[in-house]
Amino acid sequence: MQMKKIDNTERADVLIVGAGHAGCEAALAAARLGCQVVIFTVSVDSIAMMPCNPNIGGTSKGHLVREVDALGGEMGRNIDKSFIQSKMLNESKGPAVHSLRAQADKREYSQKMRETLEHTEGLKIRQAEIAKILVEDGKVIGAESVSGKKYLAPAVVLCTGTYLNARCVYGEISEETGPNGLKRASHLSDSLREIGLKLLRFKTGTPARIDGRTVDLSKMEEQKGDEHITPFSFENREDEIKKQQISCYLTYTNENTHKIIRDNIDRSPLYSGAIRGTGPRYCPSIEDKVMKFPDKDRHQLFIEPEGLYTHELYISGMSSSLPEDVQEAMIHTVPGLEHAVIVRNAYAIMYDCLDPMQLKASLECKTIQGLFSAGQSNGSSGYEEAAAQGLIAGINAARYVQGKEAFVLKRSEAYIGVLIDDLVTKENTEPYRMMTSRAEYRLLLRQDNADLRLTEMGHEIGLIDDERWQKLKEKKAAIEKEIARTEHTVIAPTEAVQSLLALYGSTALKSGIQLAELIRRPELGYEKLKEIDPERPDLPEDVREQVEISLKYEGYIARQAAQVEHFMKLERKKIPADIDYNDVGSLRIEAHQKLEKFRPETLGQASRIAGVSPADIAVLQVYLEKHAVKNVSRET
Amino acid sequence: MNFDTIAAISTGLIPGGIGIVRVSGDKAVAVCEPLVRLKKLSLSQAKANHLYYGQIADQNGVIDEALIAVLRAPHSYTAEDTVELQCHGGPFVLQKVLDAVLKAGARLAEPGEFTKRAFLNGRLDLSEAEAVMDLISAGSELARETALKQLQGKNSALIRRLRAGILEKTAFLEAALDDPEHYELTDYEKEAEPFIQDLIREIEGLLKTADDGKVLVEGIRTAIIGRPNVGKSSFMNCLLGYERAIVTQIPGTTRDTIEESFRFQDLVLRLLDTAGIRESADVVEKIGIDRALEAVKEADLVLLIADGSETLSEEDEALLALCEGKTRLMLLNKSDLGLKEDPAALEARYGCPCYGISAKNGSGLEAVLEKIRTLFRLSEIRQQPLLVTNLRHKELLREALTSLEYAEKTLQSHAPEDLLTIDLMDAYRALGRILGEEVEEDLVNEIFSKFCMGK
Repeated sequence: MQMKKIDNTERADVLIVGAGHAGCEAALAAARLGCQVVIFTVSVDSIAMMPCNPNIGGTSKGHLVREVDALGGEMGRNIDKSFIQSKMLNESKGPAVHSLRAQADKREYSQKMRETLEHTEGLKIRQAEIAKILVEDGKVIGAESVSGKKYLAPAVVLCTGTYLNARCVYGEISEETGPNGLKRASHLSDSLREIGLKLLRFKTGTPARIDGRTVDLSKMEEQKGDEHITPFSFENREDEIKKQQISCYLTYTNENTHKIIRDNIDRSPLYSGAIRGTGPRYCPSIEDKVMKFPDKDRHQLFIEPEGLYTHELYISGMSSSLPEDVQEAMIHTVPGLEHAVIVRNAYAIMYDCLDPMQLKASLECKTIQGLFSAGQSNGSSGYEEAAAQGLIAGINAARYVQGKEAFVLKRSEAYIGVLIDDLVTKENTEPYRMMTSRAEYRLLLRQDNADLRLTEMGHEIGLIDDERWQKLKEKKAAIEKEIARTEHTVIAPTEAVQSLLALYGSTALKSGIQLAELIRRPELGYEKLKEIDPERPDLPEDVREQVEISLKYEGYIARQAAQVEHFMKLERKKIPADIDYNDVGSLRIEAHQKLEKFRPETLGQASRIAGVSPADIAVLQVYLEKHAVKNVSRET
Repeated sequence: MNFDTIAAISTGLIPGGIGIVRVSGDKAVAVCEPLVRLKKLSLSQAKANHLYYGQIADQNGVIDEALIAVLRAPHSYTAEDTVELQCHGGPFVLQKVLDAVLKAGARLAEPGEFTKRAFLNGRLDLSEAEAVMDLISAGSELARETALKQLQGKNSALIRRLRAGILEKTAFLEAALDDPEHYELTDYEKEAEPFIQDLIREIEGLLKTADDGKVLVEGIRTAIIGRPNVGKSSFMNCLLGYERAIVTQIPGTTRDTIEESFRFQDLVLRLLDTAGIRESADVVEKIGIDRALEAVKEADLVLLIADGSETLSEEDEALLALCEGKTRLMLLNKSDLGLKEDPAALEARYGCPCYGISAKNGSGLEAVLEKIRTLFRLSEIRQQPLLVTNLRHKELLREALTSLEYAEKTLQSHAPEDLLTIDLMDAYRALGRILGEEVEEDLVNEIFSKFCMGK
């Protein structure tokens, strides 16, 4: 008897491999742009799971979330639905480094995202492990699950996070699992190698979780949320999302903690050599910190709730791969944690990821058309970095399917641009974390103006509806109008004015002066001058904030804009994709090798590759001019 | 790597005892090999840094006999393989040798291309490469010394030190932004302010030397003025005829005029509008005054000639007022006829150094030249360890200075520290552009295009 084989091949436009923070954004973006999307996950219950820290945002990461939102992504809206504490960080510093961070209720965050996916048209969720990427003639044609089922689609986005050949380690224990004990993806790495991709082996880690009922919070400093909160999403107003907030707590390690770590350091797989893979320098394990900062007698630990649904607390700052008994002992040395009961151990996780230099700035593979990659599978770390890439990969997968030009953000336009440019241009030897210092034009790329920078682009792409776009235009107009008014309003040296100036230690007026001039004085500002400005219209807070920043930092903003102009000169010069570096001549060997390896898309990108000197760029420039390159890249 | 091989006549096309054709690039030896006949070995077997006697020949026969040197990368001017063919110095011979080399596969070098290779190959930084050009065109001992110091990287070393300091400060600020737990910014102002002020002082110091540098390289632009018949023209002839001076004619910088350059030891005077001075003796006076006015405007130094055999006239006083504020000297000519005015008294009265001279017999001239050297602090300049002589460097230093002044203002107004990095990085880049360590559009090509052929 012959078995009948039923053809159960499925067709779609875009396949998303993984449903973490990158996968969710990619799937939503592609579906919202009109594609038929299938998103795969090893467990539907782990959609948008937060396997590490229970918060979204933070220094520079908050910028990414605001940008994702401004372009029409989901992360900002989702955290606004599920936050349990909100805080604007660095408020004492300049506006460039103000950063929003919200504590999340982990279960709520994951559930809300799943609801959004389920309510999005054209988006199917499928629990399956993808084992193979199908490629034909240099183009992706689909993917195949472990069960052998084929899904055909012209575009595939890899969002495999830390699942590829994952191994979790603490002390002598080593398990072949993904994060949080979930099933790992054991087949896909081989398939990626087979289609010619180079993989890296990275490492990251997470601290222990403890039972909140066994913790003495009175020995710690309480960290409350802000009274006046800023929503992550530009669509939301404070009063729409405001709620009762929980607190976090600050405590410190001490010499006893450090002694236990030092005494047991040889039992750390990291130091004994059991862990292969490079860990993040900027999110180090506690044993790393103790060994690298021997002079420091204490390290900060933040105790953060995992959610309202549980007593579990997260010990931020104590990620580790030490054995269970050492973990317990060191936790018990910390004030307030003397009797803490561990719910989950800290562990380190090693995983395969793509060497991101194989990607274009669109996040499409240079060698395989239609194959995109986003998130930790590109060697980044963090939910926000993942979401940002997911959004861009999702947009570009859809645009690829629809025959449109790729959407690429520049370093001068967004932290997302910096993130992706760094990933695809710099040699990555450890998980890449977004940081303020990586954004050279950060005064222009503030979290408060992400909508002004990006929402127009989001609208053009098709992720921002007309109503939101209209609102933004109105906001822009209101800002410009108010700035113009302050330039034209003359403040007379009345008694009221002089006494207000004296109050702030500002020089008294000799004659009338433009309001804008007064606002620009370092010791004054827009809000401070309200009472001597009777004509001031009643404006929403976000407009007032922009007026204040635009005027107060005018000179700096102008100088930074000049830097961007300089930067753009090289950025506009495209390098033809088929350039033969053997033809160029006079390139130093190292530069030749690096250029060959990265194959940068613009002269600007080439200039950022380590090992390519300004002299090499001069050579390349001469070559490009001689070969009359007429391509001019998008000018924005 | 795939360097193409370039060649040029490196000694200029004037007849001379020896002329050199320089060939540089990966295939320099291979290109020359078939053209060079050595006694016992082929060119590729020649030892580096040795001089060989041989003949240069093409298919039509021997062109010249020559001394031949092979220099191996990176130990050559360009840091590439180089062959130097030292031929007889006639232009025709050299051109023929060059033609043969070009036919054998080399490309004619563009002006400055050898030096550009040295830069691109990392042997010289940009400011050092520029110093090569300055060295070639050095017109005085002091200019030569200065160019050589720059070529040896003394200016570059200072600029590198300034840059390293800025970078360190910026890096700390950035680290503090990312890791406030480990990098504290409290009291940062107290530490940053003196640092930035020191930088400002150092750059200001360098900029001050830029004016000296200009005097050095370009000479002191000198206007000779005076009412008719006081002997301007004969003074000029006397100066230009000064036996130990070197005189050259050059086109004027601002108008269609002739300038004459007078060099005596380390003193270089560029006499503005010398034709104008000669003409004004016999043309309508009006023209003479206009041209004099213009010359004064351009000048670094004004030499006001008066007739010392008469008392000072109102016209002389008017001219003296005209050049008020300029570095000036009053010269009482015709001292051979006896002076009516006492130079010391005039000097006291008008606050302008005053000397009696005779254009006729040259007396007093040495004292005047010595005074000019003092006024322009030539011996002092000579003592200075570093001089900025390049206009491009000067502009970039000024840019860096402006940025640092912004940074200082940021600190003083207690603005957020993270804003400092904007201006610090601007200063860092401006300094880097001096060395060619910042990527910049088309700069490199522009600089090297100013070089002469064969260098």
